[in-house]
Amino acid sequence: MIPLSTGPVPATAEAVVIGGGVNGLCAAYELAKLGLKRVVVLEKNYIGSGSTGRCGGGIRAQWTTTENIRLAQESVRMYENMATELGYQVFFRQGGYLMVTEEEKHLAAMRDAVALQNSCGVPTEFLQPQECRRIVPDLDVSRLAGATFCPEDGTAYPFAVTWGYARACLRLGVSIFIRTGVTAIVSDGGRITGVQTDRGPIAAPVVVNCAGPWSRHMAAMVGVALPNRQERHEIMVSESLKPFLEPMVISITNGIYFSQSMRGEIVGGIGDPAEPHWTDPGQFDTRSQLRFAVRFAKALLAYYPRAAGVRMMRQWAGMYDVTPDHRPILGGVPGLEGYWHICGFSGHGFMLGPMTGKRMAKHIVSGEPDDIISSLSLSRFDSGETVADAFVVG
Amino acid sequence: MSKGKIFLCRCEDVTLHEFRAAYREGFTEIESLKRYTGVSTGFCQGKGCLAESALELARLRGAEPGTVRPTNIRPPAEPLTFGQLAALDVPAPAAAPAQEKP
Repeated sequence: MIPLSTGPVPATAEAVVIGGGVNGLCAAYELAKLGLKRVVVLEKNYIGSGSTGRCGGGIRAQWTTTENIRLAQESVRMYENMATELGYQVFFRQGGYLMVTEEEKHLAAMRDAVALQNSCGVPTEFLQPQECRRIVPDLDVSRLAGATFCPEDGTAYPFAVTWGYARACLRLGVSIFIRTGVTAIVSDGGRITGVQTDRGPIAAPVVVNCAGPWSRHMAAMVGVALPNRQERHEIMVSESLKPFLEPMVISITNGIYFSQSMRGEIVGGIGDPAEPHWTDPGQFDTRSQLRFAVRFAKALLAYYPRAAGVRMMRQWAGMYDVTPDHRPILGGVPGLEGYWHICGFSGHGFMLGPMTGKRMAKHIVSGEPDDIISSLSLSRFDSGETVADAFVVG
Repeated sequence: MSKGKIFLCRCEDVTLHEFRAAYREGFTEIESLKRYTGVSTGFCQGKGCLAESALELARLRGAEPGTVRPTNIRPPAEPLTFGQLAALDVPAPAAAPAQEKP
């Protein structure tokens, strides 16, 4: 049962989580698991309606910064155990990620990344072009310069993950309100006192901003300026086919990614450098474009010519919440007690969400420092010395 | 005809019974019902079942017909092959501002 509420909100809560996507639900679940009573999740639309439900469902530990590698690796462990933890089928499948490039100039960075990932215990290997056909037999490798493969990476069904976490939240006494927007975050003397919603006020000492592309707008309500900007990214699904594609294939060269869902569909997208970026939610435009479908089809057939006769069923778009270094913003803000960020995932919130929620919940409840959260705090942008992750695809 | 075998979505074999059971499970939004039951995601992309799904949801809510909008329509109107799509050429919109990637 998912008794999601559209009724009046409670007058008080121990913690309010803004956003009913993977990050908000994971954080709420972990907060409740650590003993917080009366945790409230506020979702302005329906569960998973933001970036989570529009994403490709990929989970990979192949990154170039230690924080991303560790968060993703820990999340992979959580995805492996998620069906048991939540008592819910999330369709997690570890077919691996095959990351390809056509450019010699990427090879040194890819070898460095493999070494860094191996040092963290991630079993990535470097492959010569011909070796890729051992993983995807019909892949056109004629233009490839090299690839990396990690067999532990995989995919899950994003909606099932949010439903599973929502049910688990409700079992622990979390209240989830859908169709409920936050209109203000209220503070007094450097301390969070609650939120205003379009169903009434909630007094709470803790507010967690998990609003994804809307997080910048939410933070501004309480005077916190985020450097995030928002980009439209498009994605599509094909008709269902017999199982033929084990891994997610992604290209550092042109930004395409595609995998096969457990329903048999090819699910994939491609980044577009011509896309505008926005900072005001009023500008967000998630309409689909023919340009995307054409660019995706060309890129797909360049790698997988056998798909020429496969039909594309539908396409849609979602928003990335992009930070200057493509890494999330976690932790609090000095001088504003009780306010926390879990945002800025730059297109990778689904894969990093479970572990981020777990670490952040522990940090919020116990007050103990966390090395990953510290290195991903908002203040890292003050010094201008951030290290960007190089493997942003899609 | 058995009452348990009234098909709401013939492409994806979703029965009326399954649709109602999903509603009772807590999937009370048309977009969530689509993603949970698979209704309207098959070959006709909802042409045969979207209106009936919205109508049934209104009935389940005890609301007037027409108060539930169907799900967002996704292009293309008819499925197209990747070969057909790849043969097209669509330039970047002229209005798109010059971009630097972050």
